[in-house]
Amino acid sequence: MFIIKMFFYFFFRDNIMKYEEDVNTYNYDIVKKFVVMTIFWGFLGMFFGLVIALELIFPDVNCDIPWLAFGRLRPVHTNLVVFAFACSALMATSYYVVQKTSKIILQLNRLAYFTFWGWQVVILMILFTLPLGYTSAKEYAEPEWIISILLGIVFICYAIVYFYTIYKRKISHIYVSNWFYGAFILAVLLLHVVNNLVIPVSLFKSYSIYSGAVDAMVQWWYGHNAVGFLLTAGFLGMMYYFIPIQAQRPIYSYRLSIVHFWSLIGIYMWAGSHHLHYSALPDWVQSLGMVFSIILLAPSWGGMINGIMTLSGCWDKVKKDPILKFFVLSLTFYGGATFEGSLMAIKTVNSLSHNTDWTIAHVHSGALGWVSMMTIGSFYVLIPRIFNCKMYSISLINIHFWCSTIGTLIYIISMWISGINQGMMSKAIDEYGNIKFAFIDIVIASHPFYIIRFFGGMIFFIGMILMLFNVFLTFKYSKNNNL
Amino acid sequence: MKHNNIEKNLGIMGFLIFIIISFGGMTEIIPLFFENDVQQPVTGLKPLGALQLAGRDIYIREGCHVCHTQMIRSLSSDVMRYGNHSIAGEFVYDHPFLWGSKRIGPDLARVGKKYSDDWHKAHFQNPRLLVPFSKMPKYKFLRECLVDESTIDKKMKALRIVGVPYTDDDIKFSKEIVKGKTEEEALISYLQQLGIILKNV
Repeated sequence: MFIIKMFFYFFFRDNIMKYEEDVNTYNYDIVKKFVVMTIFWGFLGMFFGLVIALELIFPDVNCDIPWLAFGRLRPVHTNLVVFAFACSALMATSYYVVQKTSKIILQLNRLAYFTFWGWQVVILMILFTLPLGYTSAKEYAEPEWIISILLGIVFICYAIVYFYTIYKRKISHIYVSNWFYGAFILAVLLLHVVNNLVIPVSLFKSYSIYSGAVDAMVQWWYGHNAVGFLLTAGFLGMMYYFIPIQAQRPIYSYRLSIVHFWSLIGIYMWAGSHHLHYSALPDWVQSLGMVFSIILLAPSWGGMINGIMTLSGCWDKVKKDPILKFFVLSLTFYGGATFEGSLMAIKTVNSLSHNTDWTIAHVHSGALGWVSMMTIGSFYVLIPRIFNCKMYSISLINIHFWCSTIGTLIYIISMWISGINQGMMSKAIDEYGNIKFAFIDIVIASHPFYIIRFFGGMIFFIGMILMLFNVFLTFKYSKNNNL
Repeated sequence: MKHNNIEKNLGIMGFLIFIIISFGGMTEIIPLFFENDVQQPVTGLKPLGALQLAGRDIYIREGCHVCHTQMIRSLSSDVMRYGNHSIAGEFVYDHPFLWGSKRIGPDLARVGKKYSDDWHKAHFQNPRLLVPFSKMPKYKFLRECLVDESTIDKKMKALRIVGVPYTDDDIKFSKEIVKGKTEEEALISYLQQLGIILKNV
């Protein structure tokens, strides 16, 4: 009891004292910190992506060093991109949006800073333990139990800060962005806890309490909704704030936002089993997942339509403003990726696409096209506002836009071709009814596409370097560059 | 209730979100605990021996599941290429599951006894000597490292808690079994038993 009291005293004290009289200012400092770290982690996560892309071209490039092998670095890439880049971007923007739309400073100041530093510690632990081979083997939940617990604690604190700020809001309505951010926070907490239930053996080794097919179902319920809530709902929250701000227009349809919000969060949770089509999971679960995945297209496109229609009618602005171009492309990729996702969840299509590079293409049209472009666009809107200055160079933003677009397209088109080719080759039958191609033939056929993919990723990465450069110079000149 | 009221009340909003996101998982996961097909091990399925278990943990540590699936789908192309399709009863002692999601390398669900131990040893030294143009990294260091014997009994005890039927004797002799064995031997021992129960059914 005493400990709990101390805890509350420690985190709530200064909040009560310091900010009561000064409610009109906002806490931009914590947003700035998250913004800088998001860009850095994005840079690093994509760098690891390039490293593992290179390893698929030259398998000996790891020089027989165990912690540089593909199997250990691929989780580093995915975890850095999901938790370090995307989730930090959501924390940065949600802390900004929740203050602006609630017309109040971020509450629980100390706890808020704990979420920042705690999150960096979690990411560093992930960054160091995964190459050492400490992994739970579950995709996007690889960090071992001790890190999972810390991650959970930081996330609960994040939820407390976020919801308490909404609770203290100065206007009666909760803005639509906050519905999405809120759903993302609640869902990720639920998923994280259920999927990470393990029996620990030692500090960095544990076994999942679920076995076999149940474990697979729990994992893909988690895995699919990490995509659905962290990489989709959260970013829709971002979309609903930053697109209207930059376009200077209200959201197209309030009614549509209500309908697609509730249907999106409800239906997403059912779709995970489409990752296990034709597997040893009972058929009824597979079919249920497929049906809901197809229905999911409607609420997904609801979000896309609401965003695009908000921009419709101001295409003249889009023509001139590279930031709006980022938003348009981001929504386009979102629409494309969600259509593709529903398509791939159909069992017949899945029998071709599953286990191939088509999945990689699909993931990256979401991650590079939708998530990264939405983050980049929002940050170019956010940075001048929190640093109170203009961006150093608008033409650099324009070049960044073209790097991102061309890089993403080269990446996903090469992986589409490679993936469909892999699916077709693995199904091909010769004139006697036997399997036509050995597995290694498929690997050899994929090789050229791995090279093209590397260059696509490289072009996207160059865009990120330009962003780093642009943001750095903005900071440097921010004093003599005030608005 | 009008939506206007929901979006003015944080408590109601949070509660409704939580209710709506709970349905999917509950409907798809909880019934699996009561399904015979999922819970009943296939006839003859035994928990992994100490050396094989150590091998499985090396498989996990190196991220083999990142490039190799262990799930032969019920598709003719999969069955012709890899053998009888996998069934849930083969995986009831698997904590965690290692079905994978991407085939950069071939499926391994029934790789047991497909190649000799010597083949695997040579393959770990340099995959491209046996399979030209293979994308697999070399795993030379596995031959030099010894299996960590200190935690093997703890691992078996932990697995027993979650339902893997290890006997007291299994746990008692586990350290002796893995002592002095290289990681390469452990991993090969694990690979050689994969899927063999239903291989010739």
